[in-house]
Amino acid sequence: MHSSLLSYAIWVPIVGGLLVLAVGDRRAEVARWLALLVSIAAFAVTIPLFTGFDTHTAAMQFSERVAWIPSLNIFYHLGIDGISLWFILLTSFLTVLVVISSWRNVKERVAQFMAAFLIMEGMMIGVFCALDAILFYVFWEAMLIPMFLIIGVWGGPRRVYATIKFFLYTFLGSVLMLVALLYLYFHSGDSFSLLVFQKTPLGMAAQVFIFIAFFVAFAVKIPMWPVHTWLPDAHVEAPTAGSVMLAAVMLKMGAYGFLRLSLPIVPDASHKLAWLMIVLSLIAVIYVALVAIVQEDMKKLVAYSSIAHMGFVTLGFFVFDSVAIEGSIIQMLSHGFISAAMFLCVGVLYDRMHTRNIKAYGGVANVMPIFAALMMLFAMGNVGLPGTSGFVGEFMVVLGTYQVSPWAAILAATGLVTGASYTLWLFKRVIFGIIVHPEVAALKDLDGREILVLGTLAAFTLLLGLWPAPFLDIVHSSVQHLVTQVSISKIPA
Amino acid sequence: MNSFLMHWTFAIPEIWVLTMACVVLLADLFWGDRLRDLAAVLTVLILIGAAVLTIFEMGQSGTTFAGLFVLDPFTNVSELFSYLAVLMVVLYSKRYLMDRGLYRGEVFVLLLFALLGIMVMVSGGSLLSIYLGLELLALSQYALVALYRDSVVATEAGLKYFVLGALASGLLLYGMSLLYGLTGTLDVRDIAGALVNVAASNLVLVFAIVFIVAGMAFKLGAAPFHMWLPDVYQGAPTVVTTFLASAPKIGAFALIIRLLVDGGYGMLESWQQIFVALTLASLVVGNVIAIAQQNIKRMLAYSTVGHVGFMSLGIVAGTEAGLASAFFYTVVYVLMSLAGFGMILLLSRAGFEAERIDDFKGLAQRKPWYAFLMLIVMFSMAGVPPTVGFYAKLAVFQAVIAAGYVWLAVIGVLLAVIGAFYYLRVVKVMYFDEADAEMGIIVRDDLASTALSINSLALLVLGILPGPLMAFCFYAMQGVI
Repeated sequence: MHSSLLSYAIWVPIVGGLLVLAVGDRRAEVARWLALLVSIAAFAVTIPLFTGFDTHTAAMQFSERVAWIPSLNIFYHLGIDGISLWFILLTSFLTVLVVISSWRNVKERVAQFMAAFLIMEGMMIGVFCALDAILFYVFWEAMLIPMFLIIGVWGGPRRVYATIKFFLYTFLGSVLMLVALLYLYFHSGDSFSLLVFQKTPLGMAAQVFIFIAFFVAFAVKIPMWPVHTWLPDAHVEAPTAGSVMLAAVMLKMGAYGFLRLSLPIVPDASHKLAWLMIVLSLIAVIYVALVAIVQEDMKKLVAYSSIAHMGFVTLGFFVFDSVAIEGSIIQMLSHGFISAAMFLCVGVLYDRMHTRNIKAYGGVANVMPIFAALMMLFAMGNVGLPGTSGFVGEFMVVLGTYQVSPWAAILAATGLVTGASYTLWLFKRVIFGIIVHPEVAALKDLDGREILVLGTLAAFTLLLGLWPAPFLDIVHSSVQHLVTQVSISKIPA
Repeated sequence: MNSFLMHWTFAIPEIWVLTMACVVLLADLFWGDRLRDLAAVLTVLILIGAAVLTIFEMGQSGTTFAGLFVLDPFTNVSELFSYLAVLMVVLYSKRYLMDRGLYRGEVFVLLLFALLGIMVMVSGGSLLSIYLGLELLALSQYALVALYRDSVVATEAGLKYFVLGALASGLLLYGMSLLYGLTGTLDVRDIAGALVNVAASNLVLVFAIVFIVAGMAFKLGAAPFHMWLPDVYQGAPTVVTTFLASAPKIGAFALIIRLLVDGGYGMLESWQQIFVALTLASLVVGNVIAIAQQNIKRMLAYSTVGHVGFMSLGIVAGTEAGLASAFFYTVVYVLMSLAGFGMILLLSRAGFEAERIDDFKGLAQRKPWYAFLMLIVMFSMAGVPPTVGFYAKLAVFQAVIAAGYVWLAVIGVLLAVIGAFYYLRVVKVMYFDEADAEMGIIVRDDLASTALSINSLALLVLGILPGPLMAFCFYAMQGVI
């Protein structure tokens, strides 16, 4: 009955985006309202996915399967489980906020800007729904085009360097995945179905090869240390809305790839190389957090903090424990809200002052009390304070890790301390203190539009922090299924 | 004699194009001065007529003229794509040719004869007819390149092309004569039969294959036989470059099918190894050298070399699926380069060739629609989904991995990333750079811009629904082995 809901979720924003594009940049106001309408409609079509979702099964729901390219046996095959559902909702929800938040501060080529976001939304949702390897790859790569333009056209002074670096890095990562997918095709009896791949027996050598190919693609996207260098550049140069989508959704794609492809398709190689993944995750958690402390640019600081938080996520995956994996998923969601909010906060300041340098601020609380209060909440979430969503995820990851490797858990826990130091220090330098710069004294507090956007995110940060049960219920069956899948060897006897 | 003419109807499209090309020549002589559009309009009608005739004979197959002429699905399908390519060239060309005083009957007659050459090549069943077709195509091309007599670079390009092209034809012909000496027959299918009794290590055979493949590589533009390509692409009038980069590639692909697959499939392992080397060289040369180019025609010429490298991956695979994917790649490449060069034509005006990459600066502000079309073309050439260029690469990679050359696929994808860089640079120039103040207006040209819009959007639409085109190309290769 709900058979084409996923298609709507993908195509409503894409078609709507094309309509916005057709409106043209000259009629900017029309383009804005139409974009808002489309994004709300796109969000609305994803809600039935949530209300109609059956939490008792790990099977794929809302499936659609149509032959797409018969010559190569490629299907338009969609379906979601508990792991994908939240990311679809997160994407469609954040797009609405992004459209609202860019209402006034994007003045040039408005229609193209809004269209790029809407089209990208559809493609990102496509990644989370695709069950055919080529379909997955198509959405995965196609998404780069709008992001490439968003950073390159509406970005900061070094935008061209940043966006080409972003594109080539991620492109290089993904092409090897393509080779691995094609290799799998021939070992799975001429099928591109991810579900068939999950059942295909593979020798250890082949598994390691495939794991590495996937790893390169996903590690670049997440990004993991040491292939993270594109992210600070891309974030710093991207417009606020671009940073939000990049941090909140696009980074999650790499992590999602590990869950959907690496772990179930090559479980033995995942176990064999888990040590490497844990080491890299810990480096991200500890070293990158230290790097974040010394940043002078607010956006760069938040970008490095994203890498550190994603370190927790990958750590949770590769201890193969259901609590840790659930924690990782919650952490991803929570980071989706908090990093989006942090970037929006930086954007709010940047719109007023046109600088992101921490030293240019100080004492903002005196003139922007509402802003200070909201940012306080997000800072606490970033730290992982109990009561906020940041706590739940990190706590579960550390807890799950402790059962497997206490040392890794202890090292990861130090990341919480460094996380607190850079976030609080940033907060102190920007918000508290006396006003030294006259420009700061002239700042205006949030307007209604900004309160709406940040307030909504604040509500979700608290909701997920105080009452995570409904979020966990949805992922539970799917994660149990995944943990079972990973524990069964696929090496042919 | 009866048996010679039996099934002569198979050749009706060729006969039609030949006859009508002569009619255009005469008509232009008498009425060309008064009716300036006559030759162009007639050419369009001839192409449509030829397409109808070809569609009518689809589904039939066989040989005629004592084996000189072969009709099979490959003949039909490649002829249809060749008509399409020439049609697009004609639609793009009017204003560009008029601005340069070249809007005369000769251009169209030469295009039609070149097309006839391609048609003879794709339907050639004997070394003789294949070679005749090749030379008809080549001579028309030399003349087309040198047609713009006032331009020094065009004349130089014409001469270079002629000298090097003659050398390549010589190599090919020498290879063919060795093959004839070895087997005693010119008929490709008989050659295939005779080669069964010849050892693969036979020195004469090895020489024949090397010469033939070298000649083909030249016509295709595969490295290290690509030297002529950048100079000719850059020097020739852009209309002619657009043609050179489109339909003749189908003809060159037909050479491979007719000579190596129909004739020499038994020797697969001998020529496969040569193609591995050609593929590697083309991928590296094309994708790396293109980065350094400032002239977009030259850049696209190197990109052609790179594309030939990707296309040859399918030939290396050597399976039916591999050849079909190579054919699909060729067709997609033709569509992409038509659109890419078409854009250069559209931006050019009298006294100004939009051939530097910098001439595209700020196009997104000056003409957002054109910039968007070019964006599609560039991403398609880079092989980024959801454009059809991605599926072309996907198909050849799939074929080459199936044939066990995973390492070649890995090298291929890595070079695709390097290639992406210079396509991105064009996008960067269009979207991220500001237009220079002295950049002139873009002349309005409704016919060409409509045609170009259709051409470029097709790359996107075929990228979302590539199934039918791919199935069509696979149909063409059915039973070719």
